[in-house]
Amino acid sequence: MFKKKECVAMLLAGGQGSRLYTLTEKTAKPAVTFGGKYKIIDFPMSNCINSGIDTVGVLTQYQPLVLNEYIGNGQPWDLDRLTGGVMILPPYQAKSGADWYKGTANAIYQNLGFINRYDPDYVIILSGDHIYKMDYNAMLEAHKATDADCTIAVLDVPLSEASRFGIMVTDEVGRITQFQEKPKNPISTKASMGIYIFNRSVLESYLIADENDKNSSNDFGKNIIPSMLADGKKMFAYPFVGYWKDVGTIDSLWEANMDLLGENPSFNVHDKSWRIFSRNYAEPPQFIGNGGNAVNSIITEGCVIEGLVENSVLSNGVIVEPGAIVRDSVIMSGVTIKAGAVVSYSIIDSNTVVEERAVIGADKATAKGITVIGSDITIGKGSSVEAGLMIDSDFNNGNN
Amino acid sequence: MLAAGIIFSNIHDANIPELTRNRTMASVPFGCRYRLIDFALSNMVNSNIHNVSVITHYNYQSLMDHLGAGKDWDLARRAGGIKILPPYITAYANNVNALYRTRLEALKSVSHSITKITDDYVVLSDCDVICNIDLNDMIRNHIENKADITIAVKKVTLDKATAKANVLIESDETGRITDLQAYPTSFEGDSDINLNIMVMSRQYLQEIVLDAVAHDYISLNKDIILKNLNGKNYRIYRYDGYFACISSSQDYYKCSMELIENKDIRDQLFRVKNRPIYTKVRNSAPTYYSPESKVTNSLIADGCQIFGEVENSILFRGVKIGKGTKVKNCILFQDTFTGENVVLNCVIADKNVVIRDNKVLSGDESLPFYLSKGRMI
Repeated sequence: MFKKKECVAMLLAGGQGSRLYTLTEKTAKPAVTFGGKYKIIDFPMSNCINSGIDTVGVLTQYQPLVLNEYIGNGQPWDLDRLTGGVMILPPYQAKSGADWYKGTANAIYQNLGFINRYDPDYVIILSGDHIYKMDYNAMLEAHKATDADCTIAVLDVPLSEASRFGIMVTDEVGRITQFQEKPKNPISTKASMGIYIFNRSVLESYLIADENDKNSSNDFGKNIIPSMLADGKKMFAYPFVGYWKDVGTIDSLWEANMDLLGENPSFNVHDKSWRIFSRNYAEPPQFIGNGGNAVNSIITEGCVIEGLVENSVLSNGVIVEPGAIVRDSVIMSGVTIKAGAVVSYSIIDSNTVVEERAVIGADKATAKGITVIGSDITIGKGSSVEAGLMIDSDFNNGNN
Repeated sequence: MLAAGIIFSNIHDANIPELTRNRTMASVPFGCRYRLIDFALSNMVNSNIHNVSVITHYNYQSLMDHLGAGKDWDLARRAGGIKILPPYITAYANNVNALYRTRLEALKSVSHSITKITDDYVVLSDCDVICNIDLNDMIRNHIENKADITIAVKKVTLDKATAKANVLIESDETGRITDLQAYPTSFEGDSDINLNIMVMSRQYLQEIVLDAVAHDYISLNKDIILKNLNGKNYRIYRYDGYFACISSSQDYYKCSMELIENKDIRDQLFRVKNRPIYTKVRNSAPTYYSPESKVTNSLIADGCQIFGEVENSILFRGVKIGKGTKVKNCILFQDTFTGENVVLNCVIADKNVVIRDNKVLSGDESLPFYLSKGRMI
């Protein structure tokens, strides 16, 4: 016996995140570490629970192992429930055959069965790629108040960047009159955040129609939204004001991490009224040693800092040995940076060991780009990794 | 080999009256992000003991708040899990319902629950055993030696003052206990001390408790162990890792500071492979160190925001250190807030203490200045 839910969230977490290269080689993008103790998916998941949405389907496809393990039964987000809670929804085999998720719309189509079990009035579609805090319930209230068929969250972006997004044109009351997917010549600055609230019955009928259209690419932005608009459905834009960042590239991932630094950071995770929940591991407290120094940095449980850490974000269990220097970098969990090593303007993925005196990257002011070191590898003693390189296997060019 | 655990949560409360005024010994904060009971609980969980009873006495709200359903120790179970056993008082209270004073009386008061244990062995532990011990090995040792009771001991060098706070155990070369001295007043030298962790079979525990009820026995040491030394096989299990038990406020301060000074202690407690120490998850953000901050030789928990200087100190979760503030040799509990240009030396601040701008407070290493919970200065 299932209890009815007013709104069910569908979180698209199957993205490969190919522009994060080695960081998403073994994990899906939503499972990429962010901000010390979080993973990207913690943000939409925490938004859901903070907005009172307790039924979340997480659609996975690409490299789901880490993500599945991380989400588990949803307990860290209070999403282990008698009815609802979090549910991982991978592609599956049906009587008529098996299919990968062909696109965002197809992924939801294949899981209409999941949605209908809860008999919801509304469905909210989210993506697991963004860093932001948002009250989905306020958006749902707006959706109800305007009696819309679909409400799309939009963000005001600079005109110069508008061509990267789906752009909405609205009338004075916020009703969408025109939609352009990644336009060359944008005529509005209201960019879609990929967050949609649909009336369930409308969503269902459009997904079925879309599935029957063999020429469709089964995508919300390319197919569903334009065809609803063409049919004159009532569609409203919901303006979002606040921090929102797509962390789909190495540069934007680095920048978003840096946005957490500062006395009044652009993005505040210390806010007790909108907590970001995450899976916590039993790590000892962080220890700053005698020669250790941490300035303008974020440091997480289990770290031991005996060198200098400056303008950096360190995840749990990072060891910085005496004399080592970490500057302008993002260091993920379990990384060891041995004595005398220097890491500048880099991202180092989890459990990698940087041996003594190795030099990674170059000073931010002069570097050609961010240096990226993959997970579970060793950078040999005295090695030197040139700025802007991407390393995904053991590396040694030092003379030991 | 299945074992159940029993933890005494109000043992030694009187040792640190300031810290146990509003809480049990078990829920006294220790080691930057833990409560004392986390060590006893984690030792059990890491040794596959998943049926743990916590005997409480008074003041146990903070303990219940800390333990919750036991999820953070992986003890939220259908079968077993964590069970809090508060004092059992009937509507017709009389002297039978008097609160217990000793471990044996505590066991008597929960005899009903003890008769229901189905695991073969039982590990009994005090709540203030700061150590990371492999109880599986101890149980194995107990079985191999066909012991009736096995008591964990550690060889230490004692002076008159420390000997007074301990139970000394003498044993023969095979490890069989031959004598037991509780809190001797004039002992100096090397001796095995009782760590207050013991193993016995379920049947033997049930036998002891029934016997104690029938004969109105009070003390486990005096009425059971000393009486049966010859007839029963009571043995020691020697543990040689780090161990501490808090015997006074000064001792609390000293043990805390040892965590900073000694890497070996930190490693032996917190970095034993496959034996992590669990605690209540609070979902704090990572700690932020500002450009002006200067932190040396300190243990810092998550959720702190540090804008000033911190030296030789322990900061629990959610502590905020204001600009220009200097904190030295301090232990600041959860959510302590210091304003700007505050100077603190040898201060222990309990939870939620607020210290306003420009205040200067100093204690001494031998007598730390204690600020009670929620105090505003």
